[in-house]
Amino acid sequence: MLLSRRLAVGAALAFAVLAGGAQAQAPSGKVTVITSFSKDVTDPFKKAFEKAYPGTTLEVQNRNTNAAVKYIEETKGNNQTDLMWASAPDAFEVLKGKKLLQSFKPSATGIPDKIGAFPINDPDGAYFGFAASGYGIMWNERYVKGNKLPEPKEWQDLAKPAYFDHVSIAAPSRSGTTHLTIETILQGEGWAKGWRAIKEMGGNFRQVTERSFGVPDAVNSGQVGYGVVIDFFAFSAQASGFPVKFVYPTVTTIVPANVAIVANAPNRAGAEAFINYLLSPQGQEVLLEPSIRRLPINPAVYAKAPEGYPNPFKDATLGARVKFDVDVSEARTAAVDALFDQLVTFQLDGLKAATKAIHEADAALAKKDNAQARALVSEARDLIAAMPVTDAQAASPEIRGAFTGGKEKGARQAELEQQWAAFAKEKYAQAKAKAEEAAKLAR
Amino acid sequence: MTLALDRPRRRLFLSPGQAAVALAIGLFLLAFLVVPVATVMYVAFTEKGTGAFTLVNFLDFARTDLFVTSFRNSMYVSTMSVVVASALALPLAYITTRFEFRGALIIQTLGFVPLIMPPFAGAVAMQLIFGRNGSLNLLLDDAFGFKIPLMEGLNGVVFVQALHYFPFILVNLSAALRNIDRAMEEAAQNLGCSGFRLFRRIVFPLALPGYLAGASLVFVKVFDDLATPLLLNVKDMLAPQAYLRVTSIGIADPMGYVIAVVLIVVSVLAMWLSARAVKSGDYATTQRGGGGLARRRMRTWESAIAYAAVSFILLLVLSPHLGLALLSFATVWSFSPLPDGYTAAHYARVLGESSVYIKNTIVYAALAATIDIVIGGAIAYLVLRTKLIGRDLLDWAASAALAVPGVVLGIGYLRTFYGVTLPDGRPLATLWIMIVLALAIRRLPYALRACHAALQQISVSLEEAAENLGATKARTVRRIVAPLMAGGILAGFISSFATAAVELSATLMLVQSNSDAPLAYGLYVFMQSPAGRGPGAALGVIAVLIVGVCTYLSHLVIERGQRQRGAAGAEVKS
Repeated sequence: MLLSRRLAVGAALAFAVLAGGAQAQAPSGKVTVITSFSKDVTDPFKKAFEKAYPGTTLEVQNRNTNAAVKYIEETKGNNQTDLMWASAPDAFEVLKGKKLLQSFKPSATGIPDKIGAFPINDPDGAYFGFAASGYGIMWNERYVKGNKLPEPKEWQDLAKPAYFDHVSIAAPSRSGTTHLTIETILQGEGWAKGWRAIKEMGGNFRQVTERSFGVPDAVNSGQVGYGVVIDFFAFSAQASGFPVKFVYPTVTTIVPANVAIVANAPNRAGAEAFINYLLSPQGQEVLLEPSIRRLPINPAVYAKAPEGYPNPFKDATLGARVKFDVDVSEARTAAVDALFDQLVTFQLDGLKAATKAIHEADAALAKKDNAQARALVSEARDLIAAMPVTDAQAASPEIRGAFTGGKEKGARQAELEQQWAAFAKEKYAQAKAKAEEAAKLAR
Repeated sequence: MTLALDRPRRRLFLSPGQAAVALAIGLFLLAFLVVPVATVMYVAFTEKGTGAFTLVNFLDFARTDLFVTSFRNSMYVSTMSVVVASALALPLAYITTRFEFRGALIIQTLGFVPLIMPPFAGAVAMQLIFGRNGSLNLLLDDAFGFKIPLMEGLNGVVFVQALHYFPFILVNLSAALRNIDRAMEEAAQNLGCSGFRLFRRIVFPLALPGYLAGASLVFVKVFDDLATPLLLNVKDMLAPQAYLRVTSIGIADPMGYVIAVVLIVVSVLAMWLSARAVKSGDYATTQRGGGGLARRRMRTWESAIAYAAVSFILLLVLSPHLGLALLSFATVWSFSPLPDGYTAAHYARVLGESSVYIKNTIVYAALAATIDIVIGGAIAYLVLRTKLIGRDLLDWAASAALAVPGVVLGIGYLRTFYGVTLPDGRPLATLWIMIVLALAIRRLPYALRACHAALQQISVSLEEAAENLGATKARTVRRIVAPLMAGGILAGFISSFATAAVELSATLMLVQSNSDAPLAYGLYVFMQSPAGRGPGAALGVIAVLIVGVCTYLSHLVIERGQRQRGAAGAEVKS
């Protein structure tokens, strides 16, 4: 998915000395953009852009990211879309791979190559970061107070017994942003340790939603206490008055949200003008509006930000800790998503039952220690953490072939998924039995 | 059935006109349902990567625990939903059609509103009322220290689905009850039959086609519905599994389509079984002057019970909409029984821009529902009154539309019609009429079932009489069949109209510009951000009001027709 984007930005910047160059062709007419962003994001940009370029109208078509990609693919024969504008970099990577994007050199200056450890632009100039976002934990203060729960700081906190049945996440197979969160944890902690952490946290999940916004929605209305979300969901909820808080754990990554010109765009000049505007200081300032609250990628714009606005260019702890390797991520995208679905999403009941048994055994052990019981609990934890495949296997051609469909006959995706699901089901049942045995011994 | 004509029904002979109608409908279904869906679904029969034909995917379906469990769960939830929905619909339909009951018209309208659950906004409102930390449970927890898991697990799905879809039974059963000839009831009473026995032996059996039409719709709709299970985060059911697989990027995987094929087969099978169940009997009654069952006055204690039951059911089924209304006026509503404060600002925000959505919604839904009753009525006529070869095929094809996931139909339309360009260079798929056609196809089964049930209650001898008097086929249909079916046709129109007005999944794929977008799309756009929740709910309320008003108006029309016919009958009686 994510390609490394290296020096292209520098090259792009060299050409961009002519700051007013965009106005030369005087773009006009209808600029059609397909976006997954909500009205709160698109309306201010539409207004500002149409004001900056009189004679243009921005036609905004809302589709979720998956639908947008499918739409552009299905309509390529007679394309009517100028721009694709969305968060998840992997969607742009898919479009680029199918040659559905038009490369371009924007005129903006003062934009660095990287934000945190992540390159801002595609090295081939097919798509451009225009705002950055980081992942973290959001929670509902009333819910936390009402249930007398703690405030988390790190991902590991969410695995503690107090959080049982209170945490929500979007399925990584459904949400590009959550996929990056999971991949960040796996790269930050390593495959085995990372999955252990994810599954320990998973044992406390209340729900795994099928769309990104389902998580902040549930936290906002107080149906769940905590959610693993991208930062602007929490910031814009705060701006709307919801009693929520947000924290960036140390193992996080800051990634750009993107914009790209669709191949054979009917209004190419208008599309270029929009990207140039988005990356200009005026366009970047729109990101600071309370209903949007995303992180500008132009460091100079932070001077105009309200107090307490997170600044990844100043705050070294933000996203710099994990060196995100896009090639490693790309090689195992489908496998990681399918593993999460088969081991966590669809086995949530079994995983939760085992986790609950372990929590109870731990509580019993805290009152009355018992070495044998302690060993059993440790075995139960190992059973939960066990993985059906190693990281090398997950990135192997056989498994990749099962997901993309290959000429050489390996296992089919459905077969792999059934194996993984059966593996998880068995291990979780064993873990539960061991933990229950331990609790009996400790009593 | 002993009541009506015991001889086997004589089907009228086929005329060239009927063949032409059948052909036209066949072509319509082929172009806008079969071909677009086939362009997507054929993947189910291919090997991933190579595209070679294979059936191994169906074997994989049977060998995957998750899918087998999902299948079982879907069956359980659908069956139980029919049971619970019947328990909600039967009293409402019976009380309002059989007794002198003040406000019957309003109850019929309100009882219909649950079907209109605007996407996303409705889900949030439902959670805020019935959810784990919804108003009900927060109050219960405060007062008594316990909570009711109304929205959890499979039974939670049953609860929500029954609330949502019971109007299908209510509408169709009410239409059927109204169509029963009063003379049947009077004859039974003269022979000494009364009370519950009268209902069990005479009234209910005569209304059975209507009930089964509604019940089979509930079963199939619940079986194929993905919004509610996903709202409750229940993923081990078939429809959500199909949706999750079809819409995930990068998984060019046949299994999603395999599940869709299974959904279609089960849906058609359920429709076929329900049609079989009433095929053996004859539900038609000849005399059409009675204007439905006699309405009895209730004694005081009876009416007290009736009002209590009706109020309780209405409160239960309408509370999500009360929640929606509260949400649309709320400033912030989070982890509390009621919102923190109230404001009209959300309406101010949507009113300016929503007039175009409202207009589009009414135009699209009305056009789609009109197409549906014309085609649905025609198919019902062909199936019940002719011996045309392949007439059942039309019926099944149209019913199968119920099980085609909206997103599959949307992608199919893009694939089939985007390459077709208009004279001015625009692709055919970008015209708003395509949204109307997609809506019409998706809601056709509702109208079809309603028309089918209505026609089953009309005795063929009325048409024979007309033809014996020299009327042509076309004239008989126009002057005899259509007027007698009016109640059922209207029930079909309302079902199609109301549900088309809040459809999103296919629409989302086909909307090309804001100026062509219906309300559901505007609502979707709002509901993607925290600040949009209030305005989204306000749009949802507007959608419910529009459909509610239209439903009320159509009920008025039915009532007036009944009264006119009923007046003649009453005179004879007194």
